[in-house]
Amino acid sequence: MDSALSSPPGDDPDNDSGNDSRHDPGGRAAGMATAVADDRDSHETGATPPNEMYLSTGTPQTLVKLLVAGPFGVGKTTFIRSLSETEPLHTEEIMTSGSAAVDDLSGVREKSTTTVAIDFGRLTLPGDLVLYMFGTPGQRRFRPLWQDIARGALGALVLADTRRLSDSFEVMDMIEEAGLRYAVAVNTFPDSPSHHPSKLRDHLDLLPDTPLVLCDARDRDQAADALIALVGHVLALTHQETA
Amino acid sequence: MTPPPRDHRRLVPAYLATTGRARPSRNTLDRLTVLYAPASPSSRLRPEQRRLLELLQPGALTLAEAAAHLRLPLSVVRVLVADLVDAGQLSARAPVPEAELPERQILEKVLDGLRTIKSSR
Repeated sequence: MDSALSSPPGDDPDNDSGNDSRHDPGGRAAGMATAVADDRDSHETGATPPNEMYLSTGTPQTLVKLLVAGPFGVGKTTFIRSLSETEPLHTEEIMTSGSAAVDDLSGVREKSTTTVAIDFGRLTLPGDLVLYMFGTPGQRRFRPLWQDIARGALGALVLADTRRLSDSFEVMDMIEEAGLRYAVAVNTFPDSPSHHPSKLRDHLDLLPDTPLVLCDARDRDQAADALIALVGHVLALTHQETA
Repeated sequence: MTPPPRDHRRLVPAYLATTGRARPSRNTLDRLTVLYAPASPSSRLRPEQRRLLELLQPGALTLAEAAAHLRLPLSVVRVLVADLVDAGQLSARAPVPEAELPERQILEKVLDGLRTIKSSR
């Protein structure tokens, strides 16, 4: 941890674990698919009318994925909620640790499994395009999940918090390992120390062309701007490669 | 040129290949694989399979969305989907339709779309 930029834990203004979708008081909208009506209340869909829950029919849509990556509590779910047309959902992921080095012949090594919730949201764009945003935890222990979540992703937005910038290093390492292009959005909290962008850039050791934006994750326009910076950057790199 | 060997640990090695319309890298059950249920599901289904097909009756969802609504782990839903597709009870298509655009064009469309979203507020 970088003591100069860190603050005590426990003051996270948002909860990235996926539990924050559970306080939704609405419950499920009436008429939702009966499949989930038996004994399970699908809290996540409470804010989403049933007709908006499903993908549109007609022209096949192109579904694309961006990662919103960052350490716990940095505002990934808040960011996704700002842009998602549905209340963010989450998948349960079973993570098996210790499996990476096990080959088929010696697969008896002891493994332990943990479950983690991955939040995601959906944003339908003009032109039969649907953008999915997956909140991806940045800690190294979530590495087994990254390959699967990152597969096919157009890029990643790293959310950073100026109070603990060094937490973002692990995230950027994992993104680079996954071979993704990325931009950095510094989520501005009310009590965040303000830093000059060039100082932040130095601190995060970014390449000169990696976008760095300031962004209030609660603000839809600012969140959209952060993704525009990311996608514009990925597009520019793609142009360079094909030029 | 011989394509590089595929990952042999897929749950379903071949089912999407039979449609012959997606790139090899997409012939897997991605979390954005789009699922469509048939109009009249078979009566011989396990309870979880039935729940999945009933969830999909009103419309299509991605695998990740289906897993979230069913509150089942993604890995479990992957297996359910694979079994149902093998049994002809479920249709699945890759996230990017067959007339696939180059990534650059997709990025341009995403960028344009995000700008639209912003200016519409």
